[in-house]
Amino acid sequence: MKATIFAAGLLSASAALAETPVLTVYAGDSIVSEWGPGPRIEEMFEAQCNCDLQFKPGDLLPRLLLEGDRTEADIVFGLNTDVTRKARESGLFAPHNVDLSPLTLPIAWEDEIFLPYNYGHTAFIYNTERLPEPPASFDALLEAPDDLKIVIQDPRSSVSGLATVLWMQAVYGDKAEEAWEKLAPKILTVTKGWSESYGLFTDGEADMVMSYTTSPAYHIIAEGDRSKKAAIFPEGHYFMVELAAKVASTDQPELADQFMAFLLSEPFQEMIATGNWSIPAALPREKWPEGFQELELPEKVLFYSEDEAAALRDEAIEAWRRALSR
Amino acid sequence: MAPRIVALTAAGQGVALIVAPRVVALIAALAVAGLTLGPVGAVLLRAGGWGALGPGDGQALRFTLVQALLSAGVSVALAMPVARGLARRRFPGRGALVALMGAPFILPVIVAVLGLIAVFGQNGLVNGALRALGLPEMTIYGIHGVVLAHVFFNLPLAVRLLLQGWLAIPAERFRLAASLGLTRGALFRVLELPMLLRIAPGAFAVIFVICLSSFAVALTLGGGPKATTVELAIYQAVRFDFDLGRAALLSVIQLALALSAGLVALKLGAGSGFGAGLDRGVTRWDGQGVWARSADALWIVLAALFLLAPLLMVGLRGLTGLVLLGPGTWIAAGHSVSVALVSTALCILWALPLATRRGELLGLAGIALSPLVLGTGLFLIVRPFANPFALALPVTALVNALVSLPFALRILRPEAEAVRADYRRLAQALGLTPLAWLRLVLLPRLRRPLGFAAGLTAALSMGDLGVIALFADPDRATLPLQVYRLMGSYQMAAAAGAALLLLILSFGAFWMFDRGGRVNADT
Repeated sequence: MKATIFAAGLLSASAALAETPVLTVYAGDSIVSEWGPGPRIEEMFEAQCNCDLQFKPGDLLPRLLLEGDRTEADIVFGLNTDVTRKARESGLFAPHNVDLSPLTLPIAWEDEIFLPYNYGHTAFIYNTERLPEPPASFDALLEAPDDLKIVIQDPRSSVSGLATVLWMQAVYGDKAEEAWEKLAPKILTVTKGWSESYGLFTDGEADMVMSYTTSPAYHIIAEGDRSKKAAIFPEGHYFMVELAAKVASTDQPELADQFMAFLLSEPFQEMIATGNWSIPAALPREKWPEGFQELELPEKVLFYSEDEAAALRDEAIEAWRRALSR
Repeated sequence: MAPRIVALTAAGQGVALIVAPRVVALIAALAVAGLTLGPVGAVLLRAGGWGALGPGDGQALRFTLVQALLSAGVSVALAMPVARGLARRRFPGRGALVALMGAPFILPVIVAVLGLIAVFGQNGLVNGALRALGLPEMTIYGIHGVVLAHVFFNLPLAVRLLLQGWLAIPAERFRLAASLGLTRGALFRVLELPMLLRIAPGAFAVIFVICLSSFAVALTLGGGPKATTVELAIYQAVRFDFDLGRAALLSVIQLALALSAGLVALKLGAGSGFGAGLDRGVTRWDGQGVWARSADALWIVLAALFLLAPLLMVGLRGLTGLVLLGPGTWIAAGHSVSVALVSTALCILWALPLATRRGELLGLAGIALSPLVLGTGLFLIVRPFANPFALALPVTALVNALVSLPFALRILRPEAEAVRADYRRLAQALGLTPLAWLRLVLLPRLRRPLGFAAGLTAALSMGDLGVIALFADPDRATLPLQVYRLMGSYQMAAAAGAALLLLILSFGAFWMFDRGGRVNADT
């Protein structure tokens, strides 16, 4: 008898579990980890949705493309503009239906599918104690003595590396290859991803590292260290944005819509700055956390639409490869 | 009648001794082939055909070959004097040194690279010393840096493989050489050279193959796109271009290169062993002169400095970070340990029946296949039947076992063959059953290499990131993944701490198994 009651209890418990709808969100590794924004996003959204938000980490687009419309993902969180074209062509995503008027991006954004939640810009980060007078412009960096050492990322294996190549392309156009050639002797090394580069920089191996305008905010807020700064160039900086999208085959369309709307809500936007160390996409500057308000940001912002970028990308990478292979 | 039955039974057991192991070996071989060719096939099927090579792929292929040849050549060449020194000398702490020197091999790439840079980088110890002496500074970035790093990773493996070869020469041969009054040159020619010719090609091949698929090391220390390897092109094809046809083509080229290297090594290393001895402790009458002693000491000290200094830097960098580790990292450490134990058991069971020449060649496929293609292929195969997220840890354990297999085979094969050559006739004469053969002859005689192989597998599985990217589970991260996640979130100090924890665990696992294999062994 006791056993039956126990079994019945188990059954009803699992039935209750089954009734809680699950929203499955594919997100990058750094988002999902305990130091990323994942845990806070989960907590905040579950408080308002009466659902179970489950993050699944890993390669976003390759996995989604492999799975096709049999994917269990409802939302994909953390795409970059260099994959949006491929993602759009796959037909796996649905319009987000979110009002874009609250966006505070430095560029116009009217995409119906990919919704930005935070952004930054490419920038070379330096240590003021080691490099009191950094190059004041991109031109000055190219002309700097060759003992100024920088670390960058490979455009073929990293998102920030690709953004660097597009940045160079946007600033120098047809002369990009020559510019890379001038920069080449100053490039200490090229790493696979951002983490390796940044590790080399914080270990004091290089004077400057290719990173984001928002990197100093981490050091200010988390470490109280104001010695890491972004060198701001008048030629402009390349815009990098992170995006979320709703998967068309979702079995939780209402929840997915609710999540997409939540991304531009003020609580999420206030949290994401320090959660993901990036600038909120829909929050006026005066509401940013203090460390972010201190950031030096570029006045001129450069950006290629996904079609422009797709047309330029292969040649820009080749120019980079040729110049650095000499 | 009775004697005939006995004779028949003995003959039957003789047949069983030959047939049963063959069946097991066949199953093991099919498993390797299936696990490597299956994923490539799945990727190819999905891609709908081979892709075309991209610009720069030719250059990448050339660079990949050159750096792998150099790295393997230098590793094996340097390993010879070091292993000889260790084989000839007895000194306090020798066992610990031999074990410790194995540690670089088992470090996760990113950690080892940062350790190397702390010693040889712009701001490293070596340049600090050069500056203090007013000498020009060195740079680690360039093809020499790539080779340096690969030697750092693989010299310990080469030393251990050769050392094992030296120790497998029965003591009686050295006795005979001494009583015949062989000169140093003659002793080298008669005893040491044949052993080197038998062991070195295999060591070269396995290091060559592992360097073929080098990626982050080559890129970071190579200094830029000149140092592009095929593995980077595969990465780009899978993760950025989603060009699976090109990825499949590149990985098959890589596989073909590796298997050719394996074939050549097999041809070159075909000599036979020294026959059985009485397992006496080896006493060396040669190499007792001052010159020989100082040369041995110098080689040992240099190798120890080269291998241990970067490890020490990893330790120092990590000490402060150790206190920053959150519960997530400790849970990840737990996952890594359990994955490593399962991989080790699996790998050893797999390696025993494959410890033959052909088996070793086949086993090379495990490290020759690009981990990214392997992961993608497994994902495509598993996906229709099960949720890949739920299988994250089992798949990792399986792949780790597959990837460690070539190392286990390299360690086990020469001695397993020697045991078969030396004791098979006796076993057949005694009519040993396959199980009795395993229990009474093979396993006890393979104890030392088995311990070494198990230690290496456990450590490799602890440190290897493998294919987990497509099979990641948020609640079941392993420690190497955790190191990358920490670095990706600006937590450089905590990442260094997690890396140190990983080093300690990997080394602990390695030491435990290796030590277990060397109990009562005079080495």
